[in-house]
Amino acid sequence: MSVMEISKAAQTISLTAYLEASAERFPQRTAIVDPDGGLLSYQDLNERAARVANFLKERGIAAGDRVGLLLPKSSVTLTAIFGILKARAAYVPVDYSAPGARVASIFKDCEVRAIFTDSAGLGLLEKEYGSSLPETVVICGGGTASVNGSVFSWDAVLGHPPLRETSVATPQDLAYILYTSGSTGLPKGVMLSQENATSFVDWCSSVFSPTEHDRFSSHAPFHFDLSILDIYLSIKHGASLHIVSEELGKNPRELAQFIADRRLTIWYSTPSILALLAQFGNLSALDCSSLRMVFFAGEVFPVRHLKALTGLWPHPRYFNLYGPTETNVCTFAEVPSSIPEDRTEPYPIGPACSHCAPLVLDPEKVVVRAGEEGLLYISGPSVFQGYWNRPKENAAAFLERNGTRWYCTGDVVREESQEGFIYVGRRDRMVKRRGYRIELDDIECALYRHPGIREAGVVASLAGGEHTKIVAYLVAGSEPKPGVIAMKMFCSQNLPAYMNPDSFVFVEALPRTSTNKIDYRSLLASVTELALSQGQVNGQK
Amino acid sequence: MEQTQNIKEQVRQFILKEFLPGESPANLTDDTPLRTSGVLDSMATLQVVTFVEEHFGIEVEAHEAGVDNFDSLNSIAAFVAQKKANK
Repeated sequence: MSVMEISKAAQTISLTAYLEASAERFPQRTAIVDPDGGLLSYQDLNERAARVANFLKERGIAAGDRVGLLLPKSSVTLTAIFGILKARAAYVPVDYSAPGARVASIFKDCEVRAIFTDSAGLGLLEKEYGSSLPETVVICGGGTASVNGSVFSWDAVLGHPPLRETSVATPQDLAYILYTSGSTGLPKGVMLSQENATSFVDWCSSVFSPTEHDRFSSHAPFHFDLSILDIYLSIKHGASLHIVSEELGKNPRELAQFIADRRLTIWYSTPSILALLAQFGNLSALDCSSLRMVFFAGEVFPVRHLKALTGLWPHPRYFNLYGPTETNVCTFAEVPSSIPEDRTEPYPIGPACSHCAPLVLDPEKVVVRAGEEGLLYISGPSVFQGYWNRPKENAAAFLERNGTRWYCTGDVVREESQEGFIYVGRRDRMVKRRGYRIELDDIECALYRHPGIREAGVVASLAGGEHTKIVAYLVAGSEPKPGVIAMKMFCSQNLPAYMNPDSFVFVEALPRTSTNKIDYRSLLASVTELALSQGQVNGQK
Repeated sequence: MEQTQNIKEQVRQFILKEFLPGESPANLTDDTPLRTSGVLDSMATLQVVTFVEEHFGIEVEAHEAGVDNFDSLNSIAAFVAQKKANK
C-alpha cells in the first residue's frame, strides 16, 4: 500500500479506526476494565482484535457478513466485537439471558455465518439449530470439550497472527444489527452502518469532549443502543470503559458502591436504574464526586426520581439523550441539577443534535406550525439503513421528501422556541376514550406525583368490552399501599375525569424488557388475563 | 332502618365489584364521597343508577340522579328507601 493510500485509509472514519488511533496514542492505557477488575490495554485490545479478524478472514468471513454474539459482557466480548469489525463484518449481539428460541430466531433471521458464545450458549444453540449450526462457532471461556472442525476455542482464535492490513471499512459497511422487540412481537433487525455510528460518536465528542482520563460506565447490554456511546466514545478518546455485569447492573446498592470504587466520571443508562440508585443506592454515604456527566435515555425520567437523584448527586451535569435505535440519539437537552421543588413535568428532549435534521409533520405529512404537535421525522447520517429483510416495514418507516430520506420515529413532539422539542408521547401510547385523546404517559406522570407511588405503568385495553379500559399498574413506595378509592380521588384531583384509570393494580415490581424499559406488552397481557378471570370478555359481563 | 342497611350493602358490593376491584371493602365507608371526589365518574354513576333501578324496582328521574342522592352510600340508600316507601 502506498503512503497516499495508507493516509487515505487512515482518514476513513470507522469504529475500528477509533481503536487503532487510540492504540497508537495510548498503547499502555487501560481500554477496558472487566467486572472482576481485570484490565485490558489499548495495545492488547487492538492486537487481539486483529487476531480475531484474521481468524474470521481465514474462516471465509467477509465484508457484510453477520456474526452473532451470545455472551455476557466482558473484555472478551468487546475484543470479539472489534475483531468482527476489523474483518469488515457486522456483529449481531443478543440478550444473553433470552430464551434459546428467540436467540436462534434472530441468528437465523439475519443468517449469521459465525457465532461467538460460551459452552452454555452452545448447548442452547445446539438444541435450536440441531446439526445445522453456522460453520464457525467460537467458545469463549472454559469448557471447550466439544471443539471440532467448526467449533473453536477462544485461545485457538487468539493463536492466529494479527491481521496486518490497514482498516479499509467504508462508511456504508454494515457495522451491527440491533434487534428490537417490535410491536408485533417478532424482533426486527435494525441495520446500522459504520457511518451511522461514527456520525453519532463524533457528535458526542464535539458536545461532551471526553478525554483519555475519563472512566466510562458500560451499564447497558450490548444489544441495546446505549452501548454504542459507551463503547465507541470511550475507545475513541482513549478513556477506560468499566463493564458493569448484568447482575451488578440491577443491584442499586452494589452498583452505587461500584461507581464510587471505580471513580467513574461518565455514566450512561436508562432512567430506571438511576431512579433505583437514588432510592436504594445509599448515595448520601458514598463519595461519587468523580462523576462529571450523567446521561440518560430510553424512556421518560419521572421528575420525582430525577429530583431525588440530583439532590443526592448535585455535582455532575445531566443530559437527557433522546432517540430511537433507528437513529440513535437525535435530540438532547441538559437538565439543571437543581430542579424546582414544584416541578412535576418531565424535561424537554431539547433541540436536534447538529448531525440530525428534524421535521414535525401532521398525519397528512404537512409541516406543523411551531408549537403544534406532530410526528417527529429525522434525517441525517445517523439514520439506519433499514430493517434486515423487511421490505414492508422499510417502506413504512421512511418518507422520501425533496430527495432526502426521513425516518418516522413514531413519537409525537411539539417544538417550543426556548426549549427545543417537548416529548408528547408515543403514537402507539395514545388512545381515544370517550372521544378524548389520551396520552398514557401523562397519566403515569400524574401518578408519580403521588407520594406513595414508586413506579407506574399505564396501559389501555379493549379486553372486557368495547370501551377502552385504562389500567394503572403501580408499585407502592411504602406500606400500607394507598387504596383504590384513595388513588381514584388523587387522580381526579390531578387529571381530567376522562383520564382517570378504571382500575389500579398494585404489583411487587413492573415487568421490564431486557433493555430495562417497562414491558407494556406484558402488562397488556395481564389486563386480558384479569378480564378473562373476571369473565368480562366477549360480552359475558 | 334494617332495610336501609341492606340496600347500602348491596350497593356497596356492586360499586366495589364494578369500579373498585382490589379495594378493601372497609375503605368504602357509608359516607365516602363518590361523585364529588371522582371515585365515580358520570358514566359509572349512570351504571349505579341503572343498578338500583333494576335491583330495587324503582325509577330514578333524570333530575334525581345528581350529587344530592348519589354522592355516598348513605345518600343512595336513603334515596332508594324513600323511593321504595313511596311506591
